Amino acid sequence: MVLEMRGITKRFPGVVANDHVDFDLRKGEVHALLGENGAGKSTLMNILYGLYKPDEGEIRSRGQKVSFHSAKDAIDRGIGMVHQHFMLIPVMTVAENIVLATEPTTAGVLLDYDEAVKRVREISERFGLAVNPTARVENISVGQQQRVEILKALYRGAEILILDEPTAVLTPQEAGELFGIIKSLQAEGTSIIFISHKLNEVLEIADRITVLRRGKKIDTVPREGATEAGLAKMMVGREVLLRVDKKAAEPGDVLLEVRDLHVNDDRGLAVVQDVSFVVRAGEIVGIAGVEGNGQSELIEALTGLRRAEGGQIAVAGQVMAHASARKMLDAGVGHIPEDRQRRGLVLEFTIAENIALHDYCYPPDSRWGWLFPRRLVERARNLIREFDVRGGGPNTRAGALSGGNQQKVVAAREVARDPKVLIAAQPTRGLDVGAIEFLHRRLVEERDEGRAILLVSLELDEVMSLSDRLLVMYEGRVVGEHGADASEEEIGLEMLGGGRKEPAAA
Amino acid sequence: MSEPLAPQGGKEPEEIAQAPPATVASRLALSQRAGGIIVPVLTAMLAFLIGGLLVLGTGHNPFQAYWDIVKGAGLNWLAHPTHTDVADTAAYNFSQTLLQTTTLILTGLAVAFAFRCGMFNIGGNGQYLVGLFAANWVGVSFVNMSRPAHILIGIGLATLAGAAWAAIAGFLKATVGAHEVITTIMLNWIAYWIGSYLFQQGGPLQGPQNKPLDIPISGNIVEGARLPVFWGDAQLQGLHIGFFVAIAALVVFWLILNRTTLGYEVRAVGYNPAAAAYGGIRVRTNYVRAMAISGAFAGLAGGLDMLGYLYKVGTSDVQVASVGFLGIAVALLGRNTALGVGLAAFLFGGLLYGTTHGLQSGTIDPSLAGHLTEMIQGLVVLFVGADVLILSVWGWRRRLRRKRGTAEPAQAAAS
Repeated sequence: MVLEMRGITKRFPGVVANDHVDFDLRKGEVHALLGENGAGKSTLMNILYGLYKPDEGEIRSRGQKVSFHSAKDAIDRGIGMVHQHFMLIPVMTVAENIVLATEPTTAGVLLDYDEAVKRVREISERFGLAVNPTARVENISVGQQQRVEILKALYRGAEILILDEPTAVLTPQEAGELFGIIKSLQAEGTSIIFISHKLNEVLEIADRITVLRRGKKIDTVPREGATEAGLAKMMVGREVLLRVDKKAAEPGDVLLEVRDLHVNDDRGLAVVQDVSFVVRAGEIVGIAGVEGNGQSELIEALTGLRRAEGGQIAVAGQVMAHASARKMLDAGVGHIPEDRQRRGLVLEFTIAENIALHDYCYPPDSRWGWLFPRRLVERARNLIREFDVRGGGPNTRAGALSGGNQQKVVAAREVARDPKVLIAAQPTRGLDVGAIEFLHRRLVEERDEGRAILLVSLELDEVMSLSDRLLVMYEGRVVGEHGADASEEEIGLEMLGGGRKEPAAA
Repeated sequence: MSEPLAPQGGKEPEEIAQAPPATVASRLALSQRAGGIIVPVLTAMLAFLIGGLLVLGTGHNPFQAYWDIVKGAGLNWLAHPTHTDVADTAAYNFSQTLLQTTTLILTGLAVAFAFRCGMFNIGGNGQYLVGLFAANWVGVSFVNMSRPAHILIGIGLATLAGAAWAAIAGFLKATVGAHEVITTIMLNWIAYWIGSYLFQQGGPLQGPQNKPLDIPISGNIVEGARLPVFWGDAQLQGLHIGFFVAIAALVVFWLILNRTTLGYEVRAVGYNPAAAAYGGIRVRTNYVRAMAISGAFAGLAGGLDMLGYLYKVGTSDVQVASVGFLGIAVALLGRNTALGVGLAAFLFGGLLYGTTHGLQSGTIDPSLAGHLTEMIQGLVVLFVGADVLILSVWGWRRRLRRKRGTAEPAQAAAS
């Protein structure tokens, strides 16, 4: 037993993030920490890594009671953590990043770069993690960057490695490679805590699985005998339907047509180039791709939030030239934005006010500039019932709702407007299994109602299970188009730019 | 689906607890939720307490000083409100407090309205001044106009002048992204120098009767443009009907924000511009419009003051004017709500008149008297800025209490 956490309790104002949680780790094992968002996984690991002080409970490292006051204390005890968002300096080389803060020096002040490269080579060979020590971090792939993060922890003497949702940013291929790395680290005697909310991954890689729900430890089970359904039930507290149930699509008229679209990002760089596709009534078209390949800007252009540099967008046959967000809304484009807290909701507004966010300026919400709050409340009350929003009524502040219920408010608003085209950007990001189930079912229902749905998601699973057709975006271009029966490997390859089909216009 | 105890979503609960709210308006909403009415009351009490200590430090009795301020503000009149004759000192003082309150309500609303749109309008003073100038010009000119028309035009033009002045800052923010704090401060100085120019010796608005005497003061508002005085004597700074206009402005402020689509847009932009844009709201237009409305309140204050009791303005008045700045403290203490601004304006109105006119020379050094208002004003602004501190002290206390119940005291002391 290299690590034991006993009775860890951590409270935040209004929330018990960890409630007497026990957790232990054996030498050389992969112990998965499974739970929905907000279940307290990250809190527990931040306590272990010295970033938070527990209110109660104790941590024992190799049987010895320890108390961490900072990440440095944890590192000194051989604990390393790879965060979801990497903490690397892009303009520095791999070797420089790895030795940072414990650099080998010459004459006491100057970085001994050759020595650093040598040390990085040694450690990378020892653990079987191939990296190029002299490459700049900004020039290597996300999967490679993650390796650099792992090497950084190992270089600092980590014997316990915490990986926080490590596959969230990876393509399926990269995830496969990561699992290989985890296995070889395990063989070297490194103990690994693997945080995830993805059931299949956990079953693939973990030796033992601990499930947290609402800050409490539910159980620790060995992988042998564990099933996806059983784990999902532990996570959510009830039976969950894991697969999306849907009929074959019956596509109708073209409701959204995009032709040769070019969009720049905030820095003026062309991030969407020559993108053309159509979405028909009654079908879900998915866009797969690794984050940052132009999806966000594409959506912003389609919803009037960003000006396209060139090309054409037509909604139900009507060409929208440089249309404002208002015009796009009025033309019948609904939009579930990728970040509900920054864009989808005014958190300080009530649910009723948020539901009116697009239509506050039209009757019956208002007339001649005069707002009718009671009508807003009435409408909200109905939608809250229809979409099963829990945790508050029409006059509850949106910010007081859980993420899943916030997303239901957004979805309710967009669907209730009866849009022709519904653009759903990562509609289930950060949601728990129960809310995902609800939203997926709802999206399919909306499709069957005859809406054209464009689904953009970084979760390949989600795009693949919901879409009737699937586009792959890479570096601002559509590099592949598939039917519902495409293979995960093929798409994963295209997401990395390795597709067979090269785009026609380069 | 199950009801989560912990807030769920892309963020773990601790991130939600620690992430600073995006805009000033949402931060304000946070403090309102957390402390309600308690925090502003505590803020004011703390300011008075420290002010009292300073009085004590000068060797005077703070209780006596505050009692004199209360009397100076005429608050003792409230004990026998039937004596409305301004020959009664208390009644007169109270009418003067309300006169100050009138101005402060409007300059307070000016700051509060911009605040609700996520902007900090420091330019209330400049907007007040241009309102003053506009009303003075109208009130001195058009000698033969009928009284209602003359008054309406004077006040209307003052309001428009304030609106236009503030809209400049809004326009600069919307187009080139210039921060409104910087631009409104600069516009204050421009208004200051315009006033200094207009009424100086030989200036275009210097009163003709003052020219031979070399006095840098405007002409007097003609009788026909003066607001009716309903309490007291117009010759002795009676309380004019502008008081009711200010009360009405409080109602209008509330109605605009809560019952119109315009107010809906203002609040949406104030809380979260990105979400507002996504909702189809034109964010830039709202910046300009909200600043204009904000400036309209301050300009209205200038118009009412000019036609209500000042009747004239000199370069020295322009240069010492500070009611616009006091509006910041009023809005902050009043938490940018209509009711709060009304109450805070009354508090500061009383303080302003009570310290400058109420204190007897024996109680406190006269040179300190006027400064006491400014001190308390400064302390209020300081503590409002520190409301987060008050809130966290509040939080510590609660946490300590909880800890004492559950864990050993050693742990409580350690954190």
